[in-house]
Amino acid sequence: MSAARDAVRDPAREPDAGPPPGGRVLLEGADIHRALTRIAHELLEANKGPADLLLLGIPTRGVPLAQRLAQRLLEVEGTVVPTGSLDVTMYRDDLRRHPTRTLLPTELPPGGLDDKVVVLVDDVLYSGRTIRAALDALSDLGRPRAVRLAVLVDRGHRELPIRADHVGKNLPTSAAERVSVLLAERDGRDAVVLSPPPAGTGARP
Amino acid sequence: MSPVLVTGARVLGGEPTDLLLADGRITAVGPGLSADGASVLDAAGLVALPGLVDLHTHLREPGREDAETVETGTQAAARGGFTAVFAMANTFPVADTAGVVEQVKRLGDEAGWAEVRPVGAVTVGLAGRQLAELGAMADSAAGVRVFSDDGHCVSDAVLMRRALEYVKAFDGVIAQHAQEPRLTEDAQMNEGTVSAVLGLRGWPSVAEEAVIARDVLLAEHVGSRLHVCHVSTAGSVEILRWAKQRGVQVTAEVTPHHLLLTDELARSYDPVYKVNPPLRTQADVEAVREGLADGTIDVVATDHAPHPLEDKDCEWAAAAMGMTGLETALSVVQHAMVDTGLLTWEQVADRMSAAPARIGRLAGQGEPLAVGSAANLVLLDPAARWTVDPAQMATSGRNSPFRGMELPGRVVATVLRGRPTVLDSHLVRSTS
Amino acid sequence: MNRHLLSAADLDRAEAVAVLDVSEEMAATQRREIKKLPTLRGRTVVNLFFEDSTRTRTSFEAAAKRLSADVINFSAKGSSVSKGESLKDTALTLEAMGADAVVVRHWASGAPHRLAHAGWTRGSVVNAGDGTHEHPTQALLDAYTIRRHLRPAGDGTHGGTGQDLEGVRVTIVGDVLHSRVARSNVLLLHTLGARVTLVAPPTLLPVGVESWPCEVTSDLDGALADGAPDAVMMLRVQRERMEAAGGGFFPSVREYTRRYGLGRSRLALLPEHTIVMHPGPMNRGLEISADAADSPRSTIVEQVGNGVAVRMAVLYLLLAGDGTTPTPGGTP
Repeated sequence: MSAARDAVRDPAREPDAGPPPGGRVLLEGADIHRALTRIAHELLEANKGPADLLLLGIPTRGVPLAQRLAQRLLEVEGTVVPTGSLDVTMYRDDLRRHPTRTLLPTELPPGGLDDKVVVLVDDVLYSGRTIRAALDALSDLGRPRAVRLAVLVDRGHRELPIRADHVGKNLPTSAAERVSVLLAERDGRDAVVLSPPPAGTGARP
Repeated sequence: MSPVLVTGARVLGGEPTDLLLADGRITAVGPGLSADGASVLDAAGLVALPGLVDLHTHLREPGREDAETVETGTQAAARGGFTAVFAMANTFPVADTAGVVEQVKRLGDEAGWAEVRPVGAVTVGLAGRQLAELGAMADSAAGVRVFSDDGHCVSDAVLMRRALEYVKAFDGVIAQHAQEPRLTEDAQMNEGTVSAVLGLRGWPSVAEEAVIARDVLLAEHVGSRLHVCHVSTAGSVEILRWAKQRGVQVTAEVTPHHLLLTDELARSYDPVYKVNPPLRTQADVEAVREGLADGTIDVVATDHAPHPLEDKDCEWAAAAMGMTGLETALSVVQHAMVDTGLLTWEQVADRMSAAPARIGRLAGQGEPLAVGSAANLVLLDPAARWTVDPAQMATSGRNSPFRGMELPGRVVATVLRGRPTVLDSHLVRSTS
Repeated sequence: MNRHLLSAADLDRAEAVAVLDVSEEMAATQRREIKKLPTLRGRTVVNLFFEDSTRTRTSFEAAAKRLSADVINFSAKGSSVSKGESLKDTALTLEAMGADAVVVRHWASGAPHRLAHAGWTRGSVVNAGDGTHEHPTQALLDAYTIRRHLRPAGDGTHGGTGQDLEGVRVTIVGDVLHSRVARSNVLLLHTLGARVTLVAPPTLLPVGVESWPCEVTSDLDGALADGAPDAVMMLRVQRERMEAAGGGFFPSVREYTRRYGLGRSRLALLPEHTIVMHPGPMNRGLEISADAADSPRSTIVEQVGNGVAVRMAVLYLLLAGDGTTPTPGGTP
């Protein structure tokens, strides 16, 4: 059962491999800061205020992004928006194609999801399969009034009819390139890096 | 049958010499022999030993021909260098009457691969309650001298005493399977550290030793011979040493697998390692090796026990006990005893040919390779190495615990009363 | 890669902690209104039970179904020699049905090992209890239960993620000789860093137990008073042991209960935080009194529920991926 050892890690304690060498930095810390501020304003505008908003970050990097968004919303509106995490591993449709995946925590804020406007927060939107899994997970957890999607980067190549409501930056890429998002909370610095194709093909989130 | 001239053989591992075999006897021994009309057997580099004698073999016929027949069993014997085997009595029907033992002997004679001496049961049906007609079996054409309930222990002390006394009349010997039945009910493997971890019921050493201790004292008391089958523990060796020092007429045997394998092998739960008595610890292996080296243990006997596939291809508790051994015996003995310096080839000849023939009172077998002796011999290549593959064996049983192992020494030729049964490591049919 | 769970010894400390952590995640899903997850959809889990056990079988069945796996129940009684189909033939039949995992309980020690290594099935084999050898998922749920109570996370509602059982004192009392639960627990608890003490009458301790990684004693009162255990686990004692050959393993039920039972007075010897455990089914009044079994420190009922979460974790870890070892750094 060596799958066991690798299947659960505390994201705060274990850094992963990081971006492959030879990448180009497309966004720096300041760019990311501006993008998140803009998304916070957009959320408030679309929702006509902060009422019933609930942020759920998709681990790993969706979680600190959700927390930063909550912080912006607090600064702008003076309201605390409930924030949590939603791990979608058990709802993925591609489990059998890869070694046993890491399980990460799902922490819902008290009060549940019913009748809330749930905003899913993730770092990169790509094929859309992660979000599809997140929608399935949400439907088992409660009945939100509405579900919105906020992502830092949309790199195209959707395989399902899924779109983000709020996008930090649109990044056209080729399928072989690799997009890495680094965040200070996990990686020590903020950056979005575009790298040339690595040796093997990676999973599409 | 034409004479056979064996050239350049190292008799008992000594200097190369020639042997002339004619009319079932060795008629000349010495360098540079020649003989007209003799077929020549080139034995350059080969060690010559007197034909091996197995005091403990299960030929399974009559009754369990799905496991082995006298034909396949003696073919296996010949390939292993044996010219005589003592066939144990736990057949169906049990060999407890003159009729059955004569039948087994006849089957052996007809097959012609090795001399078959049936062992008679001690008790009727091996049930341990009433003596079988030991005298009738002794007087029969099978000439039974060794009696054993092997598979079962003659545990009733009075009955064992009577049996020991009774066989004195015809120079017979009781061969005891030492296993206290109450201490070993449903036992699966040696009782020790490994059995505790594996959750398999243990077969404690004391169950073997306690019976041997009782039996040597009984034999001493009534003044009779006693033979102990498949000795497996250090404690048993110590008791035998003590008994022999006192002058008790006790002899003992050890199997090749007990000279090499331990109970650690059971961790795989593979029933090929399930045997009675069970594989023991490394300390026991070393003790029985020492016992065989210093003569406390008199003979190596295979306890060849073939089983059909389905009796071993299952979970441990449901599997039959037993290992095949005729075709691997000499190699295992070379590996465990000769190559380690514990025995010389001369001593191997004693432990595997002369002594078993003597204990079994088998004339014409186990005789020294000298002029006048019966022409029973085996030629082996001690430098050869081979990998054990049960599918290539003559025995029907695929349950060899040595499968996949590389062993030294290959039997090249076996000669039974002047007639080769194995040449170039293959079975041969003679024309006469 | 090790794709079977045959013995508690198959897991090293990191792997054991990981199973407990995944079990917490699974337990969280079982507290929701919708308890079913799509994770093992399309996989087939066969429950191959050669011994009656409604409790364990339904636990595995629930675990598999909660993960959306298809479950086939196969009850076969009798030995392969005397009655019914042999283990091998049964395994070949299941293989033909396409079993991804075979959960096997058998009366013969080592039967799951044969199943896993004889080449009769290519599925993962989970040992649900083999003879007197092992019961690894029982040990896992016991460790999970202990961790919840003795190494809880900050809010106290569940076991701390990443926590092992370093320094936790566990005392196991009963028929160690015949207990697969005891064997698996000694191995797993030791792996997790706990200190185990076994208590049994000498007749119910196996020869060779001195080499196990635990303390051994026949003095229960001493073990409870001086040992100050954090958890006491009572093992079921079978009344048939009294009728065994040679006059039984202990002279009478009364003597056993008096010397080795957990009743009110021994309960009072325990530190306040100590939990009382039992793998079930219990002999109320024999090895454990009703007081002890129903006391607030008893986790006996909770252990059953924990069993489903732990078995979900085991099935997930064996079946969800493609069966290869993940590369370091993991898949994002």
